[in-house]
Formats: sequence, structure tokens, C-alpha cells
Amino acid sequence: MLDKLVNIDRRIIFALVAAAVVISLLMSFSLPVPATPPVMGIYDKINDMPPGSHVLIAFDYDPAAKEELQPMAIALLHHCYSRDLTVIGLTLWPGGTGLAEQALTSIARQYNRKSGEDFVFLGYKPGVASLIINMGENLYTAFPADFYGNDTKTLPALQGVESLRDLDYVIDLAAGASIETWIAFGKEKYKFDMGAGCTAVIGPDLYPFLDSDQINGLMAGLKGAAEYEVLVKYPAQAVEGMRPQSVTHALIVVFVIFSNAVFFASGGWRTVRRGPGARR
Amino acid sequence: MNRSTDFWILVGTLIAFTVINTLFFAIGSFKINWDSFGIVIAVGLTLAMYSFLYKDNPAFKIAENLYVGVALGYTVIITWYNALKPDIYDPLFVPIFTKATEPEYLVIVPMILGIFMLMRISARLSWLSRWSFAFVVGLGSGLTIPNYIHTFILKQIEPSMRPLFYGGESIYVSVNGILVLVGVVTVLLYFFFSIEHKGPIGVASKIGIYFLMVSFGASFGYTVMGRMSLLIGRMIFLLRDWLGVLH
Repeated sequence: MLDKLVNIDRRIIFALVAAAVVISLLMSFSLPVPATPPVMGIYDKINDMPPGSHVLIAFDYDPAAKEELQPMAIALLHHCYSRDLTVIGLTLWPGGTGLAEQALTSIARQYNRKSGEDFVFLGYKPGVASLIINMGENLYTAFPADFYGNDTKTLPALQGVESLRDLDYVIDLAAGASIETWIAFGKEKYKFDMGAGCTAVIGPDLYPFLDSDQINGLMAGLKGAAEYEVLVKYPAQAVEGMRPQSVTHALIVVFVIFSNAVFFASGGWRTVRRGPGARR
Repeated sequence: MNRSTDFWILVGTLIAFTVINTLFFAIGSFKINWDSFGIVIAVGLTLAMYSFLYKDNPAFKIAENLYVGVALGYTVIITWYNALKPDIYDPLFVPIFTKATEPEYLVIVPMILGIFMLMRISARLSWLSRWSFAFVVGLGSGLTIPNYIHTFILKQIEPSMRPLFYGGESIYVSVNGILVLVGVVTVLLYFFFSIEHKGPIGVASKIGIYFLMVSFGASFGYTVMGRMSLLIGRMIFLLRDWLGVLH
């Protein structure tokens, strides 16, 4: 019996996780999603900005990270548009253009915001660090035209913005190492306030930047997105995802305890200790 | 299970998928438009990718290769319309032929350096790429080294050197400061290999290992959360957009 449990087919675990997700999505119950200080940092910053302030959102992710970062982007845009802030969108990832444009335009429609006047989508440019430095020197040489081919110098949404120094806030939504790049070549060089949103996988690597005040807020993973959705009173996919997230986390804790119990009960630890390097 | 059983499972799944979607179109759950076809294709590809959890199979292989091809094609098109066309073609080539404005001849320099990079495909001309790489490495080092030292070393040292008590702060802030300090020192000692890890150094490096273990645990926890989020997102899509059982 113990042998069977030790060598359990991993597909059974996959099936249990899938069942936990589906059942918890279909069942109607809610769990509290309290906002944590790192997420509050971004919310408070945007809330305190006067109407017309310029917020740059970098959509540095692609469809592989859509489930975590797109809800974050949508919640942020709801907040920015509802506060009459001017949003400047761009992406350092070619795969992020479609998602960024979809988020910017679909939420703008709900608030009657016009492209070029109330928000602008600059599109994608390669270069990452050199592009950030270019934007820090002159935004219009980095992006002579927006995503739709309009001359950026003529866009009302960019009035008063010459470079990154003129921005009131920059938020990088990242699935890779772009937050570090934005900090090193943008924030530290051109001195603007910066917040970040990231996938859960890279979240732990970014908390030191919060501690050193190099970013004033951080949303990590679906949990960060859910907290922001609650703060802006727009509960959507991220809040909905918190039920299965909690259930699957509990299930994985049970798996870890159960597998360790089976491992020790089956005497597997003796085999490990007899392995190379073990004391005899 | 043998290959024959796997084959029939695959065929059965494909037939079930076709029947379900045909039924959705027939009863009007899906209207005949591009959005509906898009959902059906996305569902098919999602299921094909997850079929790998059962076993490697042709449906997974097709979806995997399709993803690579589509991603590459999309990147090429986006790069053309967002970078090559506005930065090279429009300012340099269009004015040469239309005579409407003065061509920006300065663009030729980076364009040639870019073309040199591609010369690596030729054994005879690959030496030209060294000029481009020399430019990239020289520029990159000059930009990166001072910025990285400032951002990732000097600025990161600050939080570990903050005073523990400067009045007005809560006790948790001071405890946090002590933890950061102890963590930094003990982990650095663990990676200090010039002294044998015995006595007080051994104890400190052992504490460093515990800090590292907590860090690895936190990273693993976040990774689990990230992977589950991807699964949840896809499940919400399947249950809401496809099956319509979630609102």
C-alpha cells in the first residue's frame, strides 16, 4: 500500500488540482482579499495625483503572462481613467502590443477617453535599456510616431512631456527582468516615481527594491491584481481567481504533508541517508 | 496503456470536441462569426497544450509548433511596423524615392552595423560582425557598469545599514532591520570560502543556510502561486467563454 502511495501516478495529482480549481470556481463563496502595504503604495500614489497628471504604464509581458498581468493592467487603467489621469502606454516586448492596445482602448471606451487626447499608445520598440535612456533624453526621438502612426509631437496627450523626467509616475508590469532595467536606466537616472507589477515567479526578487525605496509599490501575481481590483472597487477575474487559488494552495499544503508522511512511513529516508555522502 | 489505446483516446477526444462545438453552434450558444471561431480555436489549443499532462501526443506537438511559428511571425510583423519601418524605411528610403523631405542619412550607420551582425551566417564575412559586437559590448559596458553598481549594490546596501532606532518607528521596523542585517551578514559568511566553516563562522554560515532556505521556500511558494494562476485563468476561460457555466 505504501509502495503504491510512494509511486503514485502524477496524473492523479493533476486531476485533483484541476478538480479543485473547477469546483471552487463553480461554487459560490467569497474570501476576503485585504490590501497589503506594497499594493496600497501604488493605489495611494495614483489617488493623490491631480487630474491631467501623466502616468506611463509599460506593458512588458506577452500572452504567456496574460492571466496574471492583464487583470493588473485593467484595474490600473480603471483607476487612472476614473481619476482623469493621462495614460501613456508602451511595451518593450513585441508580444505585448496586442494585449496592451486591447486593455488601453477597451477600458478607455468605458470612460469615453479618446486616443491621442486622454491616452496614447506608443507601441513597441526594441532596445530595452537603450530605449529607456533614449526616452529619458527625449521621448519624441524614441517614439516619433505612436502605435497608429500619428506624429507624437502633435498629440495633446503628450503636451508638457519632453522626456521621462516630466512623467508623474511610471508603472512597469513585467513578466521578465524589465523592472530592474527600468530602475537602473530610468528611475535612478531620470528621477521619477516608480511602481511595479510582476508575475508571482519574479515577485520575491523585487521586494528588496521596495525595501530600498527604489519602487514605492509592488503588485505580485494574481494576488496583487486581486488586491488592486478590490481597492478600485472593480472586482473581476483576479478576485474571482482568489477562491481556486486559496483552495489549490491548501490542497498543495496537504500534498506536501501527506507525501512527507508517506516518505517517512515507507522508510524512504533511510535510503536517502545511505546515499553518496551520507555518514556511515 | 499501449499505443492503440492512446490513439483511440486522442480520436475520441477530437470527436467529442467537434461534437460539442457543433452543438454550441447549432443551438445558438455560439453565433457564426470570427469571435466564436476564435474562442473554439483557443479552446482547442488550450486543451491540446494541457493534453501533455496525460502524455506527449500529436495534438500537443501541433499546438507547440504552431505557438512557436505564430509567435515568431507576430514578432517579425510587430518589429517591422514599430521599429524598422518608422526608424529606417520611412526616414531613409521613402524620401530618397519621393523627394518629399531630406533623407536622414545618419540612419545608415546603425543600419550597416545591424547588417554586419547578420553576417555571422557567412563563414567568409562573419568577421564583420565583430565590429558590431565591439560597439554593442563597449556601449553596453559603459552604460551598464556604473548604473548597475549604483542601483544594485550601493542603493541595496542602504536598507541593511539603517539605524535600528531613530525615534517614532514601531518595534516591528527595528526587528525587520535586525533580521535584514543578520540575514545579509550570515549569507555573505556562508559564501565566504577562504575561511574554514568551523566555530563561530560555522554557526553563522549555518544561520545563513536557514535564511537561504526561507528564501527558497518563499520563491517556491510564489512559483506555485504563479503556475496556479495560469491554470485558473485558463479554467475561467474554458468555463465562462466556452462552456458558459460561469458568469
